Amino acid sequence: MSATLLAGAVLIAQIMLVAAMGCAAFRILRGPRAQDRVLALDTLYVNAAMLLLVFGIRTGSTHYFDAALVITLLGFVSTAALSKFLMRGEVIE
Amino acid sequence: MSHAADLPFWAALPVALLLLVGAGLALTGSIGLLTLRSFYERLHAPTLGTTLGIGCILLASMLFFSVLQTRFVLHELLIVFFMGVTTPVTLMLLMRAVLYRDRREGSTEVPPVSPSSEETEG
Repeated sequence: MSATLLAGAVLIAQIMLVAAMGCAAFRILRGPRAQDRVLALDTLYVNAAMLLLVFGIRTGSTHYFDAALVITLLGFVSTAALSKFLMRGEVIE
Repeated sequence: MSHAADLPFWAALPVALLLLVGAGLALTGSIGLLTLRSFYERLHAPTLGTTLGIGCILLASMLFFSVLQTRFVLHELLIVFFMGVTTPVTLMLLMRAVLYRDRREGSTEVPPVSPSSEETEG
């Protein structure tokens, strides 16, 4: 009973997260300007981390958590660097 | 999902609800990112997913693994902490950069620099 409930919830959550990643990817493609692409990339990173966490619940293994942690940290660094680039034209001055 | 058969029903129900709420919030934020018109409106939408959405999913993950392994599995709090600290910082950095770019281009969408704020920003 609890296995089927959880399996259904995990499946629906995965479908919704993939749709969210698709929305963010479409915004990256469409633009129209550089800042929209940076914001969409940040959203894509967070959605990917959530998808990995849901995948960890599905398989019952805690190893996916490390990948999600790395993705969130890389997302922070990349968005900060790209914002600096948009502001100044170079990342390291 | 054979491992989930060991999970009692009182734990499976909140885990399933939290997963659905978290994924739904992420989807709402991403649809907002896709459909809102200007950049400054779009900036608000994904924060739904990056704060409450990932919070719900991490809570579900913590509850699931704590009940399954009958011990406290709290390392998800690391991601909660990192997301809570980094999301406002990155989005404020991005917003300041875009405001700077729009003002330099002389866009009519953004308000001009006022003398009082120029002193504090200086």
